[in-house]
Amino acid sequence: MSVQEETVWQGDVEKLRGLVSDRALSGETMVLNMGPQHPSTHGVLRLLLELDGEDIVSCIPDIGFLHTGIEKNMEAKRYEQSITMTDRMDYLNPLGNNLAYCLAMEKLIELDVPPRAQVIRVLLAELTRINSHLVWLGTHALDIGAMSVFLYCFREREKILDIFEMVSGQRMMSTYFRPGGLWRDVPEEFEPAVRDFIDYFPAKVDDYEKLLSNNPIWLDRTQGIGFISAEDAIALGCTGPTLRGSGVNWDIRKALPYSGYEQFDFEVPLGVHGDVYDRYIIRIEEMRQSLRIVEQAIDNLPGGLFRSNNRKYVPPPRAELGHSMEAVIHHFKLWTEGFRPPKGEVYVRVESPRGELGCFLASDGSPRPWRVRFRTPSFVHLSALPHMAKGHLIADLVGIIGSVDIVLGDCDR
Amino acid sequence: MTKLDPVEALQAAFGDAIEDVSTFRGDTTVVVSAAKIADIGRYCLQSEGLEYNLLSDVTGIDYYPQEPRFAVAYHLYSLPHNRSLRLKVYLPGDDPVVPSVTPVWPTANWFEREIYDLLGVTFTDHPDLRRILMPEGWDGHPLRKDYPLGYETVQFSFNFDEVDRHKPYAKE
Repeated sequence: MSVQEETVWQGDVEKLRGLVSDRALSGETMVLNMGPQHPSTHGVLRLLLELDGEDIVSCIPDIGFLHTGIEKNMEAKRYEQSITMTDRMDYLNPLGNNLAYCLAMEKLIELDVPPRAQVIRVLLAELTRINSHLVWLGTHALDIGAMSVFLYCFREREKILDIFEMVSGQRMMSTYFRPGGLWRDVPEEFEPAVRDFIDYFPAKVDDYEKLLSNNPIWLDRTQGIGFISAEDAIALGCTGPTLRGSGVNWDIRKALPYSGYEQFDFEVPLGVHGDVYDRYIIRIEEMRQSLRIVEQAIDNLPGGLFRSNNRKYVPPPRAELGHSMEAVIHHFKLWTEGFRPPKGEVYVRVESPRGELGCFLASDGSPRPWRVRFRTPSFVHLSALPHMAKGHLIADLVGIIGSVDIVLGDCDR
Repeated sequence: MTKLDPVEALQAAFGDAIEDVSTFRGDTTVVVSAAKIADIGRYCLQSEGLEYNLLSDVTGIDYYPQEPRFAVAYHLYSLPHNRSLRLKVYLPGDDPVVPSVTPVWPTANWFEREIYDLLGVTFTDHPDLRRILMPEGWDGHPLRKDYPLGYETVQFSFNFDEVDRHKPYAKE
């Protein structure tokens, strides 16, 4: 055994003063480290737990292990170059991140998006939501002890990733949305693939419900756990399923529609108890509602342009370069310098699978953004975690972390 | 339910503390005096007809080399009235200090820690102002414009060892 392994870390208890209760300083309660390599922390989350037996007295999240400086990097790149980086923030919701960033750019430069692109954006954003919820359900069930659900969820997720690969060439980091529309039009096989998925998926959601919703162990582990009241949820900034689990009817797709969500007919599922079980039921129901939106979108897919024709912001297609001098000029300008938005600051919000995803964009009139800021739901929900975890058993903490659906890439950026 | 115009209500209640009002692309920005931000926040949250109960985001901006150098923008949203508002304060470059709004909206806690960490803006009355994303002993504030982006030299086969010698990681 090496010297390092033999040395017991004494810890600097004084550093914890103010963070944990005074009982920890006298040694009456135990301070325990959970993570950052713990499998049920969904990435690299470290929690400092103060425990009285098995009860959590206080919980202090420690984040930043996945901080990659995306916001700083974006300031050094042209507007369009940084879309690829948004995929890598919330890696379960890449297209939703693209959408937030593109909507912010479009708001800044007042660029219109053709209807076909709008509908395809909504369709893919909803498929991304199902994809994200599937990963969430699989890992959440795995954390609590239901192993088989994980495999079923990932089987269905593969089908969605196949559709993403079909349209963009990439399974996860698709970077498919661009300012003014889409990177390219969807291929011919897109529509049959989506229709296959619409036929295939509803029975699978019913299967998950059969496995979990009335399962006594599942109910014991989720009901009455991780309670948060509606007032506390709003005060702590919770959004998305975490807020709706407490019965607050606020969905950005309904309240402040973007990308033409007002044309779609869907319901917003609401919880009553604000516990882990209600958040689970909401996400299951959201998958069904998302599929409804996908179905409406594929039935009413308009023809026409897939990207705006405004050549000041959108590069011309390759075919135009051969015969139009103007197209060559635009192409050259856009790929060497980029576009110059007016000076100003905008903030847009979209409903990510986790909650409110906000993008704040400050422009100084140059081709590079002055400041890009992403308000990410995982960051806010983690700050609310100590409130939800207090008083529960350490075994339930795993379920609570799962129920707020955090992605550490989204949290640390 | 009564619905007040936020700009008129703020101007009537705070007068000179409201320094500027502007609208860009449908977003209303109210620039307020930094010392008053906590009071104005509490007014926006509590007064009937405004009720900005959800603090969506707090973010800091570095306008280097302009002066005042820093700004903190608060994105408020009102669930009962379904509308949003941006409050903004400007802070001097040599001593960026602003009262914390964490006592008003608890969700500001981590947002303010992040601004403190990445931009070096200090929030008075904050319950737990520590670094959040960067390591505890980090030098400098990465999102400041005078903080270099940094890069790593690419290692090719011909200079692998030479570049490796300069790399700042712990060796044997």
